[in-house]
Amino acid sequence: MNSTAILEEFANRDYEHGFVTDVEQDRFPPGLDESVIRALSAIKKEPEWLLEWRLAAYRRWQQQQEPEWAKVDYEPVDYQSISYYAAPKTNSLESLDEVDPEILKTYEKLGIPLDEQKILAGVAVDAVFDSVSVATTYKEKLGEAGIIFCSFSEAVQEHPELIRRFLGSVVPPGDNFFATLNSAVFSDGSFVYVPKGVRCPMELSTYFRINASNTGQFERTLIVADEGAYVSYLEGCTAPQRDENQLHAAVVELVALKGATIKYSTVQNWYPGDKETGAGGIYNFVTKRGLCEEKASISWTQVETGSAITWKYPSVVLKGDDSIGEFYSVALTSGRQQADTGSKMIHIGRNTRSTIISKGISAGRGQNTYRGQVKILPKAANARNFSQCDSMLIGSDCGAHTFPYIDVRNPTARMEHEATTSKIGEDQIFYCNQRGLSTEDAVSMIVNGFCKEVFRKLPMEFAVEAQKLLGVSLEGSVG
Amino acid sequence: MLEIRNLHASIGDTEILKGINLSIGDGEIHAVMGPNGSGKSTLASVLAGKEDYRVTEGEILYQGNNLLDLDAETRAREGLFLAFQYPVEIPGVGNSYFLKAALNAIRKHRGETELDAFDFLQLVKEKMKLVQMDESLLKRAVNEGFSGGEKKRNEIFHMAVLEPRMAILDETDSGLDIDALRIVSDGVNALRSPERSFLVITHYQRLLDHIVPDFVHVLKDGRIVRSGGRELALELEAEGYEDLHDRDGLRVAAGA
Ligand SMILES: Nc1ncnc2c1ncn2[C@@H]1O[C@H](COP(=O)(O)OP(=O)(O)OP(=O)(O)O)[C@@H](O)[C@H]1O
Ligand SMILES: [Mg+2]
Repeated sequence: MNSTAILEEFANRDYEHGFVTDVEQDRFPPGLDESVIRALSAIKKEPEWLLEWRLAAYRRWQQQQEPEWAKVDYEPVDYQSISYYAAPKTNSLESLDEVDPEILKTYEKLGIPLDEQKILAGVAVDAVFDSVSVATTYKEKLGEAGIIFCSFSEAVQEHPELIRRFLGSVVPPGDNFFATLNSAVFSDGSFVYVPKGVRCPMELSTYFRINASNTGQFERTLIVADEGAYVSYLEGCTAPQRDENQLHAAVVELVALKGATIKYSTVQNWYPGDKETGAGGIYNFVTKRGLCEEKASISWTQVETGSAITWKYPSVVLKGDDSIGEFYSVALTSGRQQADTGSKMIHIGRNTRSTIISKGISAGRGQNTYRGQVKILPKAANARNFSQCDSMLIGSDCGAHTFPYIDVRNPTARMEHEATTSKIGEDQIFYCNQRGLSTEDAVSMIVNGFCKEVFRKLPMEFAVEAQKLLGVSLEGSVG
Repeated sequence: MLEIRNLHASIGDTEILKGINLSIGDGEIHAVMGPNGSGKSTLASVLAGKEDYRVTEGEILYQGNNLLDLDAETRAREGLFLAFQYPVEIPGVGNSYFLKAALNAIRKHRGETELDAFDFLQLVKEKMKLVQMDESLLKRAVNEGFSGGEKKRNEIFHMAVLEPRMAILDETDSGLDIDALRIVSDGVNALRSPERSFLVITHYQRLLDHIVPDFVHVLKDGRIVRSGGRELALELEAEGYEDLHDRDGLRVAAGA
């Protein structure tokens, strides 16, 4: 077999995390109307204002159209066939011993660091199992520094003033079709608050996991770094294999107040769907946005290797003067995967700077689209943007597309845009083979080299994991 | 070490190698010369296992085994090395990282323990001296942006680190300045041993002043038309390949 043929087999590895945990579920029957939202809000014992907020979003959503501009093709979602609430029955949060052993086993298979070792390594974990957090560790230590890190539902009970102040302040409840839906029906998620001048002493980490069949996941994450604070947050996701497409419409809001820094890193390897037909994969329609006040900085780093459809544009609104926004992304599509992803940088304040580094890898029949927008508003004097969008093609049935939108309304802006497309050549593979390296290792090495700039931005532990993940995705494909 | 018998190879429908016979003993150095397009690099590629070429006839024994049964990486792990005429750039992959992975793949194949970063660095430092290679080339991506001469030197450096049994050098001297030529030749000579054989492809007899071959062969139109000792190289330098054709065409015909 020549190396092209080998490369074209890129995606032929069975999804490693395709198992299902057997836990009793508390769940709503499928369907969505106001009574479902009321019931959801009641289960969560939410205050009246939040119920009203959800209902307003729901009414808004009914008026909105599902967006069609993205370069992705999928069967329409039947929103009435989705169950909008599911929770594992065992739900004690006190210690790991009380967590359902089935759930712990699942996490173990996923290699999630809930065990003592990882805790010693300094990773605090707030794991979301379907819709309810089942374990939160290290909370006390964070508490000493005044840091709040808990499930969103808990935050609604314990810190309603913070939720009320910041919820929807970056992604308004009617922002876009998927974000609006999320605002109406969000189930749970994470909340972080780092007080003024506090540097969070450890990486905060959440692993999301979709488990129940037919359950849409609507996480809501809100991270607030008060003036001069610093926090680095890691999000990782895997999901077991299912036959039906599973909708995932999350919203993540980041608020960096004056002089604060937020780093948000994601490694996403949800089930990508059947290699031949694409059936069964996750639909990932996510709205992620951060707001920078003066001298604040927000950085998004993502490694996306999963999901059947990805629709995702982590953005930064550079509202304050001298604020900084960054986006570093690796998106890999193989089999029948489709990704339409990129970033938006909105420059409002003076001397604002943004960087976009996007690495798209397409293999098999994967379609990878970069879609980015850089907007310099009239008052944003001396704004600077650097964008680099590199695509790598493996095999000849895949595609890469780049749509950079640039909108400059201040003449002092400085913009730089670079784009490259490369292909892993057979002569490169042969050169590696001739030095004793297998084709699989060669491809993995070249792809990792291609992504190096982005991996460097990930926290150490995550970088290793991301590299492994790419290796795993590449493994079955070649040889 | 290497025994090539009646080797025919084609690319597409075009036959390029038309019956090569060549026997290389342990510790021997064979030089192959011949006009442009005669099939020298094709021979090197077929030996190294490039899949674009189809072997239509003949066989190759390497250390007593059928070489054509092995894929390219297994050949490399069994100690066959090719210094490319046109070394390939691999952006994003550090030269040192690449070489460590290669060396460890070979060591693993041999049942040896893999070298850790420290031991590897020791080895690399020593070998770098051998070819007087600049340390900065170790940190850069494999061959990316290297000058022509730097690429060639890097190939010899790879060879020095990987310590092959059978090394094929395809025009490693082309593009080297006089000093580099001497350094590279010294490197090769330092690696000369009774267990290691070389096939040196070159256009210039001056390389053979530095790397003294045991045998010289002339490849023309896919066949070895003449073989001899090192003096053949001098003769070729003086007379070119032109008249060789008739004389040696006859000789080959007579011998066949
Ligand atoms: N991929 C290919 N497609 C078509 N023809 C090829 C291909 N590779 C080699 N050839 C042809 O095969 C012949 C031999 O090429 P080869 O590279 O082996 O020559 P060479 O003896 O190494 O020449 P040089 O001294 O110029 O390096 C040439 O005519 C060349 O054009
Ligand atoms: Mg050649």
